[in-house]
Amino acid sequence: MNLYELIAAYPFLAAMLALVGLGAGFGALLGYAAVRFKTEGDPIADQINEILPQTQCGQCGYPGCRPYAEAIADGEAINRCPPGGESTIAQLADLLDVEAIPLDEEHGEEKEAAAVAYIREDECIGCTKCIQACPVDAILGAAKHMHTVISSECTGCDLCVDPCPVDCIDMISEPTTVQTWQWDLPSPRQSVDVIATDRAA
Amino acid sequence: MSAARKIWGFHGGVHPPENKHQSMQVPLRPAGIPPQLIVPLSQHLGAPAEPIVEVGQQVLKGQMIAEADGFISVPVHAPSSGVVLAIEDRAVPHSSGLTAPCVIIDCDGKDEWIEHHGIEDYTAMDKQALLQLIRNSGIAGMGGAGFPASVKLNVSPETPIETLIINGTECEPYITADDILMRERAQEIIQGACILRHLVNPAETVIGVEDNKPEGIAALQAAAEGTGIEIAVLPTKYPSGGEKQLIELLTGKQVPSGGLPSSVGIVCQNIGSTVAIYRAVVHGEPLISRITTLTGEAIQQPGNLEVLLGSPIEWLLEQVGYQAEQNNRLIMGGPMMGFSVTDLGAPVIKTTNCLLAPTESELPTPPPAQACIRCGMCAEACPASLLPQQLYWFAQGKEHEKLEAHNLFDCIECGACSYVCPSNIPLVQYYRASKAEIQQMRRDHAKSEHSRTRFEARQERIEREALAKEEQRKARKAAAEARAKAAAAGESEQDVIQAAIERAKNKKQQSADPAQAAIEKAKAARAAAADMSPEEKARSGLQKLLQRKQKSEEKLAQSREDGAADNVIEALEAGLAKLAEKIEAAEAEVAQYGPAEAAPAPEPTTDPAQAAIEKAKAARAAAANMSPEEKARNNLKKLLERKAKSEQKLAEGREDGTQEKVIEALEATIEKLAEKIETARAELAQFETSAEPAEVAVDPAQAAIDRAKAKRAAAAAAPPLSQREQLEQNQAAVEKRLQTAQDKLAEAEAEGSDKVEALRMSIDKLTTKLEQVRTDLAALED
Repeated sequence: MNLYELIAAYPFLAAMLALVGLGAGFGALLGYAAVRFKTEGDPIADQINEILPQTQCGQCGYPGCRPYAEAIADGEAINRCPPGGESTIAQLADLLDVEAIPLDEEHGEEKEAAAVAYIREDECIGCTKCIQACPVDAILGAAKHMHTVISSECTGCDLCVDPCPVDCIDMISEPTTVQTWQWDLPSPRQSVDVIATDRAA
Repeated sequence: MSAARKIWGFHGGVHPPENKHQSMQVPLRPAGIPPQLIVPLSQHLGAPAEPIVEVGQQVLKGQMIAEADGFISVPVHAPSSGVVLAIEDRAVPHSSGLTAPCVIIDCDGKDEWIEHHGIEDYTAMDKQALLQLIRNSGIAGMGGAGFPASVKLNVSPETPIETLIINGTECEPYITADDILMRERAQEIIQGACILRHLVNPAETVIGVEDNKPEGIAALQAAAEGTGIEIAVLPTKYPSGGEKQLIELLTGKQVPSGGLPSSVGIVCQNIGSTVAIYRAVVHGEPLISRITTLTGEAIQQPGNLEVLLGSPIEWLLEQVGYQAEQNNRLIMGGPMMGFSVTDLGAPVIKTTNCLLAPTESELPTPPPAQACIRCGMCAEACPASLLPQQLYWFAQGKEHEKLEAHNLFDCIECGACSYVCPSNIPLVQYYRASKAEIQQMRRDHAKSEHSRTRFEARQERIEREALAKEEQRKARKAAAEARAKAAAAGESEQDVIQAAIERAKNKKQQSADPAQAAIEKAKAARAAAADMSPEEKARSGLQKLLQRKQKSEEKLAQSREDGAADNVIEALEAGLAKLAEKIEAAEAEVAQYGPAEAAPAPEPTTDPAQAAIEKAKAARAAAANMSPEEKARNNLKKLLERKAKSEQKLAEGREDGTQEKVIEALEATIEKLAEKIETARAELAQFETSAEPAEVAVDPAQAAIDRAKAKRAAAAAAPPLSQREQLEQNQAAVEKRLQTAQDKLAEAEAEGSDKVEALRMSIDKLTTKLEQVRTDLAALED
């Protein structure tokens, strides 16, 4: 009864106390949760990194896919990845719930088919420059010995082409074979006039 | 027999016109040997075979020309004897219309077999060896997909097989290759089925045949008499020949999505493959030919031909009166699942069950696709119970997740949905393209994951290397610095180290055996005590007590400083109190022996007892000969010494940051000593007239005392000094001490010794003293 009287006597003070108490209580709860359920790393950057093609080509202006993923998580544009192309942009747009925008041509064009580096081995002087440039260790060789590309490991990032002092590296698209050939979607339906009155008009 | 089996049903299905009669008018006939055979290295599902022949090499019929490359792969054999003309890319029958590596054999027409022999009793043979034989015979599923037969038959012993199904349904229109096989080679089918039954050891063996092949069924039933192999007659409905549909028809079981028939205890083989297995096991003949239906209105003599694999389609069509101008498109396979062959130079392969050459009126070109009207007929027709219409929309929108959620991969691409579609939408092509795209994305994702791990591994390696380099660099730098220092400091450093070693050694020696040392000490003391008079004993006892008290006090101070437990400190205090009592008693005792032997000053010494005794003895000896004046002087000297020691202790205490209490106590002691010194001086002043130099015995009171004595003696000999003269002397002495102290300080500073503080303090004191003396002197002069 005493409490009721007190509240009745000081309604403003009672309300203030109640609100402050609630605030403190929930603040403590949130603070505890933030400490207790702390997640390591950035889960969004991880998910973005999953989508990126991992060519590590650096065409986006970042030193690898992971840094670009982190940049996207921080608000960078999603259309700077030429190897991923439209499909990657679409997936990123889906994930981040933003509008899919066309590829930024400034960073390169989407290639038709994935290419792999090929070293013309007769011309290789064994300088190891391409080996140092390769982000996925796909080039095999030693100083003053011929180098070669392990094509199954090559991501086709082009990074080895520039450093080569004798220009003996080509980017070759793998030809389509019976094993790799794929069906295409039927060409979009053309407007055909199947109705007699349409044809007449 | 068929009546005994319940025939289940499956969802959907269509009934297209069968058109099978055209090709069944004539019996099976051999196609003959073409002038050139084009044998593709990939006629099956899985990895292409690896050629093992060289260009120009003579090959015999049935000779292996390419071996299997991997588990899901089969070898390829020469269909006829001849010379290998080339191994090159040629057009192959494939929906892509692409070229693929082929072995080109120029046939010599002799059709000369390689040495081969069958197995008389395959039941006595090891199952794995039998499977290997089937694999080496190059047998791939001949129904359409071309899956390696040995892989299908290699069931693990843990999965018991309930039903072995031989697929003789041949549900697709126009095709009659299996029908003619049943009619003409029923015995071979049954024997092949027996081999399969031996291999997979099923509870039952069933041959499923559609009811549109009554002659075939009759032949099979006649051949199967007494073997226990059941012939199940199925209602004609497309696509009852689909593996999953046939299993459901015959057993009522559904193969789970993404699963294999063996997971529900079923193995399924095509009837053509069964005959091929029979020929391989019983006759030792590899798969080099097959029965192909050649039909369609553009072919004048339709029928079934036994064709050597690799026979060019063009050559084969010539054999049956092909009219190219009437044919709108050449289809390999049936009208439902087949694909157009664009290059007639492509050969017949292991999966070519039919070549259909229809006229435009017979199989018109599909009209252009129109919009989906959502009629839902495709969903009704779908034998896999999918929603083709939904899949079509998702395929158009490339919504891959939705496609997978709607079980796109359960689609068997039978074409029933396209067949019923009133808008002529090529639905199957959408599904094929979507499947391919999803599979490509999976491969890409797997590759990107692989690249990511490689990239991360590389980054880690680079970091590790950089770190290692940095560490090496630091180590080299440190080593270089150390060398430079060693070169510069040279001996001094070594001296320091040497000194440290020496100190450690000494300490070790000292502390090596404290018990032994104590015993030695006690022994020496006892030996000395033996020769002592009672008086001497009392004195030495007193001396010892004083020493013990000293030690106890030190311990107490130490304990307080270290913050020892209260009870320890209390115990020490109690011990001290007792010692004090004892000392009083001893003093009283000593006092009995005469005033000459006044209690010697409690010298804070850690000298061995023997030395103390010697000292005491010498002092007493000296004291015995001393005049009262000398005694007084001695007393003064001792007091001065004690004061000096106390001051030193105080300085040390301050330096060490000893507790304030201790310092206070020391200060109090010094004050008391100063008072005593004053008294002693006053006493001495009484004797100043007598100028007898004292004969002092050799005493550990050393040279300084001697010097002081000599001075005093001189002072005594000289006429009594005025106060001023005394002060002047005092001033000179203090100045000299100050000078010495300053010298010492300079030395200590140069060495960086820790005595600097103490020396500075003493210099301060001396300076104040000097000032005091000077002011006194000035006051006197005034």
